Amino acid sequence: MIRHLAGRVGQAIVATFGVLTIVFFIMRLSGDPTLLLVPEGATAEQIAELRHELGFDRPLLVQYVAYLSDLAHLDLGESLVQRAGVAGIVAERIPYTVALATGALLVALGIGIPAGVAMAVWRGSVLERALAAFVLTGQSLPTFWSGILLILLFGVALGWLPTSGADSLQSLIMPSIALGALTMSTFARMTRIAVLDELSRAYVTAARARGLSMRAAVLRHVLRNASIPVVTIAALEVGNLLAGAVIVETVFAWPGIGQLAIQSIASRDFLVVQAIVLFVSTVYIGMNLLADIAYAIIDPRIRLKR
Amino acid sequence: MSGRLSPGIIVILTLLTAFVFAAAGADLLAQNDPLRQSLLMRLRPPGTSTATTSYLLGTDDLGRDLLARILYGARASLLVATLSVSISLLVGTILGLLAGWLRGWTAILVMRFVDTMLSIPAILLAVLTVAVLGPGFLTLVLVLGLTRWPRYTRVAFAQTLQVVTLPYIRAAEMAGCGPMRILLRHILPNIAGPLMVVATSEFGLMILFEAGLSFLGLGVQPPYPSWGSIMAAGRQYVQRAWWLTVFPGAALFVLVLCVNLLGDWLRDRVDPTSRSR
Repeated sequence: MIRHLAGRVGQAIVATFGVLTIVFFIMRLSGDPTLLLVPEGATAEQIAELRHELGFDRPLLVQYVAYLSDLAHLDLGESLVQRAGVAGIVAERIPYTVALATGALLVALGIGIPAGVAMAVWRGSVLERALAAFVLTGQSLPTFWSGILLILLFGVALGWLPTSGADSLQSLIMPSIALGALTMSTFARMTRIAVLDELSRAYVTAARARGLSMRAAVLRHVLRNASIPVVTIAALEVGNLLAGAVIVETVFAWPGIGQLAIQSIASRDFLVVQAIVLFVSTVYIGMNLLADIAYAIIDPRIRLKR
Repeated sequence: MSGRLSPGIIVILTLLTAFVFAAAGADLLAQNDPLRQSLLMRLRPPGTSTATTSYLLGTDDLGRDLLARILYGARASLLVATLSVSISLLVGTILGLLAGWLRGWTAILVMRFVDTMLSIPAILLAVLTVAVLGPGFLTLVLVLGLTRWPRYTRVAFAQTLQVVTLPYIRAAEMAGCGPMRILLRHILPNIAGPLMVVATSEFGLMILFEAGLSFLGLGVQPPYPSWGSIMAAGRQYVQRAWWLTVFPGAALFVLVLCVNLLGDWLRDRVDPTSRSR
């Protein structure tokens, strides 16, 4: 188990390092990263001065080492547009995105898991077909469209919920549904597969033979075993939700890191964009690792294998 | 392929063909120039008509014909998706084949790179790259094409590893086939099915990515129409002009739904064991 986990931690470290490297090179794809950081209308001299100040006139390898060492000290740099530390600018917005992702996860778990269980238990019924259509819809709906449809219905036509901003808890409802729809479909499909897998096992037949009702067999035995793959997916989906927030936050003017990323691109504040990509990717990798660890803890077959 | 097509799949294929025709024949189908602005005709509701022309789906905030813009938008959508899927399919397949054939260090390096690429959320990777390079049609195609290959590589690699162990590959080798011939004539056709399944699901995703990036202002640039950018303008006028977001979104939704359903159907055909799931 220890060896297994050590290997997974090692892989996560390699992946993080890889992400840092890829982002470093993407930032230099345009030829001169200085141009990404100067406010519009800067003179050639100011640009040259800044290039020297930021060290972009040094050899690429030196820049790369400096970049890694800065990040190792958790120094994300200074925003030239806002004249403030990048880490602070991003950190201020993180709670909003976390709230949104939590809301979306609640929507996804609350609807996706019961739907998946129902689809497996009542396989072949009209209910399964209806739920399958529902899940497929959630999977194909572009978040920016479902978001706007929600705004049209509940915001404009009915006037029940605010159409944008983050003034109250009510503002969180529509963005959470829009962001959670895709994850909900993923949960429903995975839960269905997991439950179907378990239902075909001998222990279910044995439980039924002992006189347990289907309901009791599912609630007491099947769900516990089926939860293993679902828990690991939940961890992975958190990363996807953070990334999906870029679009949903723009639709609803929700002041999280997604909206910040798009605003920073518009104001040419690329260090902030870089910090957000690094942050979300690190969380993504961290969640992957957590999923592996959780898997090993929940499932004794993995725990005892090595 | 054997067997008859079910009614469902015929509907899907018909709809997809309709989208392709709408995109290809936008010049003929559209009554108005999608770029012509008219300040007098701003934000007119669907069904508005004047003495000279009519606006079946209404007009946008600059008085342009929404139907014409949606038809031309289909062109942007399908072109970006087709081109970027072709690029990533090509790159991903070549890398996967090579890794599976050479194994050893090549495989380790390639597959580690694949894992790393997949640990950056796709939409953020695309947003960052497009923003750095400056938005535009070509950038969009290249960025999507060159960031989305890892999924193909994974499938091509796993499939190649399985196929190379089969006796007929050994037979081909003994018959004197060179590695190129074996890879292209004997391995590629055998792994093409699963790759097409990935390509179909990626095609739907790329349509969504194009629209999403254009919605964020990082895709097809104004004044050229894209479903995403039409909806971005529509978001600003959501209180006054519902048609600006409802119609392009519906087109996008139906197209992606059809592509996803086609993907599911293809997967069932390629891998019959998956049908029970």
